[in-house]
Amino acid sequence: MKTELNAGRLAIYAFLALALFFFCLPAWFALVNSFKPLDEIYAGNVFGLPQRWTLEAWSKTWSKACTGAPECKGLSQYFVNSLLAVVPATAIGTLWGCLNGYVLAKWRFKGSEGVLFVLMFGSFIPIGLFLFPLTVIFDRMGLSTSLAGLVTVYVIYSLPTALFFRNYFVGFPGELIKAARIDGAGMLRIFWSIALPTARPILMVVVIMSFTNIWNDFLFALVLAPFDSQTVTVGLNNLINVVEERAEYNVHMAGALIAALPTTIVYILAGKHFVRGLTSGAVKG
Amino acid sequence: MASLTIENVHKRYGTVPILRGIDLSIADGEFLILVGPSGCGKSTLLSMIAGLDDISEGQIRIGDRVVNDVSPKDRDIAMVFQSYALYPSMTVRENIEFAMKMKKVPAAERAATVDRVAKMLQMDALLDRRPAQLSGGQRQRVAMGRALARNPAIFLFDEPLSNLDAKLRVEMRAEIKSLHQRLKNTMVYVTHDQVEAMTLGDRIAVMKDGLVQQFGTPAEIYERPATMYVAGFIGSPTMNFMSATYEANAQGAMLRIDGCTVSVPIATATGSLAQAPRGEVIAGIRPEHFVAAAPNTPGAIPITIELLEPTGADTYAMARIGSKKTTLRFAPKQAPRVGETAWVTVDPAAVNLFDPKTEQRIAA
Repeated sequence: MKTELNAGRLAIYAFLALALFFFCLPAWFALVNSFKPLDEIYAGNVFGLPQRWTLEAWSKTWSKACTGAPECKGLSQYFVNSLLAVVPATAIGTLWGCLNGYVLAKWRFKGSEGVLFVLMFGSFIPIGLFLFPLTVIFDRMGLSTSLAGLVTVYVIYSLPTALFFRNYFVGFPGELIKAARIDGAGMLRIFWSIALPTARPILMVVVIMSFTNIWNDFLFALVLAPFDSQTVTVGLNNLINVVEERAEYNVHMAGALIAALPTTIVYILAGKHFVRGLTSGAVKG
Repeated sequence: MASLTIENVHKRYGTVPILRGIDLSIADGEFLILVGPSGCGKSTLLSMIAGLDDISEGQIRIGDRVVNDVSPKDRDIAMVFQSYALYPSMTVRENIEFAMKMKKVPAAERAATVDRVAKMLQMDALLDRRPAQLSGGQRQRVAMGRALARNPAIFLFDEPLSNLDAKLRVEMRAEIKSLHQRLKNTMVYVTHDQVEAMTLGDRIAVMKDGLVQQFGTPAEIYERPATMYVAGFIGSPTMNFMSATYEANAQGAMLRIDGCTVSVPIATATGSLAQAPRGEVIAGIRPEHFVAAAPNTPGAIPITIELLEPTGADTYAMARIGSKKTTLRFAPKQAPRVGETAWVTVDPAAVNLFDPKTEQRIAA
């Protein structure tokens, strides 16, 4: 069908173009400046392409920049710490949420509706409220010396993802569970062998969301991570706050891009499933 | 292999009664049909036999063992579901093996069982496919295979054919019947389709509102329905019900259908009806129990044909007897035309009389 190019349609395109520009500008700014020598930025080339392309800023950010730590070793260790916290937290949190959602949807128990309500309620409480109590608990339990404590908090805080899984499993056919019970499978076996493999689209959605949320978390990481194994968001903050004679914008931009890289990669790899998962259930198939 | 006994079984959800005292028992190797409209409790009863639902009151025995508190996997049953309930992420082979894997059966034995079942149902070529890659009929076949692999004492079927198209349904129906003749296992089969009930069952339980209306062989249910409900539910086109007066005179027991000038003799062949109380009754006559007769035959009823429905094998005619719309069956070549007057007699042996108040069948 050929659509007419009238004023209303032009306005829509104009608005979309503006929105695109608005979101692209910072990314463009970060990208081009991370490949410039610092002098070029100070000479006034802020938005243009670099005259001399260089990876100096990237390598400095990764391994040599000062972040206020005793030695100037760049963001690399922060990045590794983030991975160490985020990967297990996402994996455990997602599976745990999936199991909880499955139980809430298909193995109703007395008070399961209440649990659902509390879960939903919990996801609306701002995290700032938990910070101080958590630091006290961490201190008492001796959790503040390793990343394990931070992972625990992330897992607990990702519990409301059970709602996504619950809504998915509500549509899971009850006859499959009955058939499996007759075949001799228990609740966990049915979950693992029959329900979980069908939940891939929604698993993808939750993995992407959890990974992004946890990776981007600053507050918990700042307060709860041990001082010698802080995560990349905290590292980035430190990097930018280190006082130098003149601010190293190219290094800052490279740092921001390094911090954003993993979530970008996850989106590129799994984004197709993300859209599919969000719309699954809307259409049959 | 085992018999199945259901004694005074009740099911309540909260205070809502679903089943209100079911008594059924079948011998080893019998094919029991539970038939009735939706909401009559037939599927709930099947679930309770399977152990998927608790029994509120009463007892279910498989063989000599009371199974009220036995878990589904230990009841020695297999079940075929309406949606087939094939595990979507597993291949056909894995679907069939799943129960054996749960029982930790060695791999070689599992493979042998899969082979045996696949040969029996001619589905060797499907073993490595997933359910999504199968047609409706093939899924049905795999669901049967999964049940067969368990070699259970009792097979349970929950409306297994209702998702198939008409042609396939007839084929699979015949296949289930021949399977039963070969295996001679006890089977319990839930359906709302009276044709399936009649063709498959050794014994049929017609259910309504949580009660068994009648429990008997297909012939008993068809020829001597216990209530007007059963009479109307089984048989297609449905049985005709006519208000009538039952009386005796010099010629024997006679039926005078309301609004009809002729008395129909009925007692000669039905014997015990002679002892039935005289008076108001509902006469139930199936379409095929009208017999075409020559004009002015004594005891014949004149009817005017209003509508014809040829089905090929039979032609059904709609006409009024008295004021009541009635369906009659004719052989296609002898069928009168619309608007014509035809004369029919009633097969005296085939008439069923019902009490107009209780809707129960009168006498034997």
